[in-house]
Amino acid sequence: MRKTFGDDVAKEMRFVTKSVVGEENFIDMQPNMSNNFCCGGGGGFLQATGYGEQRRQYGKVKNDQIMATGATYCITPCHNCHSQVHDLSEHFGGHYQVVHLWTLIALSLGMLGENEREYLGEDLCECGLGSIEE
Amino acid sequence: MAEAALKIGGGPRQTTFMDKVMEVLPEGGNLNLCLTCGACSSGCPATGLEGMDPRKFLRMAALGLDEEITKTGWVWCCTQCRRCVHACPMNIDIPRLVYNCRAAWPREERPKGIRGSCDAALNTEGNSAMGANSEDFQFVVEDVLEEVREDQPQFKDMQVPINKHGAMYFLNQNSREPVTEPDEMVPLWKILHTAGADWTYGTIGWAAENYCMFLSDDEAWEKIVRAKAKAVDDLGCEYWLNTE
Repeated sequence: MRKTFGDDVAKEMRFVTKSVVGEENFIDMQPNMSNNFCCGGGGGFLQATGYGEQRRQYGKVKNDQIMATGATYCITPCHNCHSQVHDLSEHFGGHYQVVHLWTLIALSLGMLGENEREYLGEDLCECGLGSIEE
Repeated sequence: MAEAALKIGGGPRQTTFMDKVMEVLPEGGNLNLCLTCGACSSGCPATGLEGMDPRKFLRMAALGLDEEITKTGWVWCCTQCRRCVHACPMNIDIPRLVYNCRAAWPREERPKGIRGSCDAALNTEGNSAMGANSEDFQFVVEDVLEEVREDQPQFKDMQVPINKHGAMYFLNQNSREPVTEPDEMVPLWKILHTAGADWTYGTIGWAAENYCMFLSDDEAWEKIVRAKAKAVDDLGCEYWLNTE
């Protein structure tokens, strides 16, 4: 999105994220916006048979950025990013949670069902469940 | 790499691979404007992989080392994220050069996973890179929806339209959810439902992904984009929402 539409789109994503998790819970990684680094999941890298080791080496830059924030959750904007960052979290041992934005939007609106919490950590996996199910 | 030192000059200049790529890019991709500063490489996560980096790659192209740049596996390590273009004072489009070098590989020698994803999309009416057929997609969507409506009273009236003519939004769906984790489709449905959006899935061209682009297979890439765009038009939808 940012690649095609520029930093304004990235700013809108930050507005949504802050609205959902609260301004005080949002930590921007450094560098960010157009100076940010690609995670290494895109461009077919995840599907590039024979290049798995290179993909993780590429992704170490992103993993280091995420670790430097100290955040326990990383929000990823697309499927490739989600797969890659989730793998980086396991591979490099950071063990931060990696979530889609739709999960946090639905959670914040009090409508995230029990089966829709695959990527939430123990701290949030029961959050607000009582109001959803009978 | 060349074994002997390169001899510059002497005799007519030969047309290089880079020259040919410049002919098909707007402004020639500015490929011949490199100042050799290295801003591209300093911020590229692919720097060092396969013994290559963006500046080295471009310099080799400029020197006419065509065989090397069209054979290095580094082109499959560049995600074409375009950070190098952003950093470049001359706005040089290295990712487009990478794209064209990928295309120079014989199709059967390009990475199997990307090729297989492209071929699967070409072989299914939904253009699914995971090869999911449309009947299965529809079944999974309806099955998951039924469960949500039963278990979660606040969504007992939620609709997930499929092939709804005249809906405002045609929404693509990445194959990964219906194939491997169907419950992950639900949060987005809920958001659309709560927002009151008039949307639909389709059974034709429903998959959001298009690996033919990453395979640098122009013909297949175009074919898939056109099939998906036609599916949106055929349902008379005003907007095409592609989540990838």
